[in-house]
Amino acid sequence: MSRQVNQVKLGAEFIADTPHRESNDRCLWAARMRRDKVAATLPEWEEMRDLASEIKRHSLSHLDEYLLQFESNLKNRGVKVHWAETADEHNQIVFDILRSHGVKTMTKGKSMAMDECGMREYLENQGIEVNESDLGERIQQLDNQRDSHIVMPAIHKLRTDVARIFADKLGSDPSDDDPKYLNSVMRADMRKRYVKADAGMIGCNYAVADTGTVVMCSNEGDVDICANVPPVLIVTIGIEKIIPSQSDLPLYLRLLSRSSLGYDITQYTSHISAPAPGQVMHVVLLDNGRSDRLGQPYWEVLKCMRCGACMNTCPVFRRTSGISYDANYPGPLGLALMPSYDLHRYARLPFSCTHCGSCGNVCPVKVPLPELIFYWREVVVARRESLFSHDLEEGMMGAVLQTSTNLQHAEKLGLWALRHTPESIAESGVNPWAAWHKNPIPPKQTFREWYEENRPKHDSSDESSKV
Amino acid sequence: MKVGFFVPCYIDAIAPQAAISSFKLLQRLGLRPEFIEAAACCGLPLKDMGYTRSACKVEKSVASHMAGYDYIVMPSGICADQFRYHFDDLEQTPEVEHIRRSAVDLVTFLHDIIKVDALPWARFPHRVALHNGCHSLRYLNEARPSELMIPDFSKTEDLLNLVEGIEVGYATRRDECCGFGGTFTIWDQSCSGQQGLDKVRDYARNDFRYVTSQDMSCLLHQSCVARKFGLDIKFYYIAEILNGDAK
Repeated sequence: MSRQVNQVKLGAEFIADTPHRESNDRCLWAARMRRDKVAATLPEWEEMRDLASEIKRHSLSHLDEYLLQFESNLKNRGVKVHWAETADEHNQIVFDILRSHGVKTMTKGKSMAMDECGMREYLENQGIEVNESDLGERIQQLDNQRDSHIVMPAIHKLRTDVARIFADKLGSDPSDDDPKYLNSVMRADMRKRYVKADAGMIGCNYAVADTGTVVMCSNEGDVDICANVPPVLIVTIGIEKIIPSQSDLPLYLRLLSRSSLGYDITQYTSHISAPAPGQVMHVVLLDNGRSDRLGQPYWEVLKCMRCGACMNTCPVFRRTSGISYDANYPGPLGLALMPSYDLHRYARLPFSCTHCGSCGNVCPVKVPLPELIFYWREVVVARRESLFSHDLEEGMMGAVLQTSTNLQHAEKLGLWALRHTPESIAESGVNPWAAWHKNPIPPKQTFREWYEENRPKHDSSDESSKV
Repeated sequence: MKVGFFVPCYIDAIAPQAAISSFKLLQRLGLRPEFIEAAACCGLPLKDMGYTRSACKVEKSVASHMAGYDYIVMPSGICADQFRYHFDDLEQTPEVEHIRRSAVDLVTFLHDIIKVDALPWARFPHRVALHNGCHSLRYLNEARPSELMIPDFSKTEDLLNLVEGIEVGYATRRDECCGFGGTFTIWDQSCSGQQGLDKVRDYARNDFRYVTSQDMSCLLHQSCVARKFGLDIKFYYIAEILNGDAK
């Protein structure tokens, strides 16, 4: 059985690290604020979200037709299309392609789908050198740590962390944490690697069915190098990325960068429909549980276009960082999605949520994240994956809360304890709430006691009052 | 109009003033609210943890005492949300459906149902930070959440502005969750505590000495964090100000 992820424990470690916590919170909150500002400039913003959500619903309910259309359009232009039912199958297909071309080293752009398959580790174990081309992703690769955010993989790190990692791995000056300098170190190192790469891999933001186009949005231009420089190009696409038509694309492009980083549009939007002259192009369509999810109560999570807006707004994510979720998809999206990959391993995740509801409001395709998180809590309990301490609380609360008489007995006991327990005990380690809180000040009387003394005279008459 | 008054479990013993001010305010507005004495809890704490079957028992029990009212007013957005939108594990009899329609948070009741337009007895000559509780804000639509690009409105602010001398303001992170989250504050004490601390420090940076909200559970959490970290801020449930009880 898989080891259970304890987000609360990992999160507490990050919270205790004030400089990192404050930086993570500040950067992501700034993205959320920029998002509000640019979204407010479009009077049709909420209509756009409705429409984007509807088109996703339509695409997902006609996935078979659109995927075949997408495939045939690509094939007509000489692209080789593969279907991978599982992560293992995906990795095997990619490896076979690389081997058939004698690939020793490759560069890859950011792709959550490839990460989901554990592809990089798999290929490295097969002796292939894989270089991440996205700056944040490359920092995480060099640090041997998974991404903390699906759009900003190293956002939880400080400049000084990056300077240390680059000094260790790339031989730069450890005392220089100037971003321009660090960028130039990365660029100089990557340019050498791009030139000798035998293959490039990229992910996909939108797979346009009626034109057979892979659309990829990025801010660094690395995707275009990965796609155009090496002689072999492989694209991995989760099957839910399909949209019906080129005419649907502008809507999504207008929503994506605004939701994600709060900018009008990404620096680069690349449309790839065919191999470059002399190049071989492969597309791998990845299922890995998606067609099963489509038939489940939580199917709407498949609408997600991986913008990360839910993470930027989540008060828990900003303070605990994506690292604490120990999952390919962290944050509110992770809470709604990861249990479908491994219920036992991610059984605690759905509880890392205050139910503030903000994630549902920022989602550009209106995935009902708060509802899905609630849904998973129920599943965790129903499948007996809940914690013993929770079950104990349930037993006690169930009895106490069921009748007003029981509740009053419990209240009397609680108030007595609150009034008579010395502070040295009441606010010690036996009360874990006391680490951050003083205990409530016990009132002189409960509402019920007050009501007994102030009971209105006509309270029990059945004559209705009038306004 | 027959008005029932539901007192949430956490308010009865820990924050009775919220219920007392609400009850008196309803009376002062010419209503004769009936305190539903036999009702204990709406089932939210159990539902929140995923224990649907246990929640259902509590829901059935409370529902049996709540029939026959035109409106059931409660000083708690989280409970109103539970009754209205999550009361779906028990059999949906006509009585249960009626409870779901008639359960209403105090602010919604005052603003939308009886449309209060004057509170001549209320005076509070202070700058107050308004914290719209997340459930009231995002699930009960008592104000515009900052994420939604819709016309601005705030029922809470409208009501507070009827109070003489009051100046309503907001923390810099206007509707950032304070981290209470019901069972979350026990489940994840560090994150809940850090969120609470960030919230009360936000008030302090903006020189707020008073904070109000339509959600007493948020205020209980925030006030206990503020006291722990030595911040001198007073927290009032909205009815305490609207009824002129806050001094």
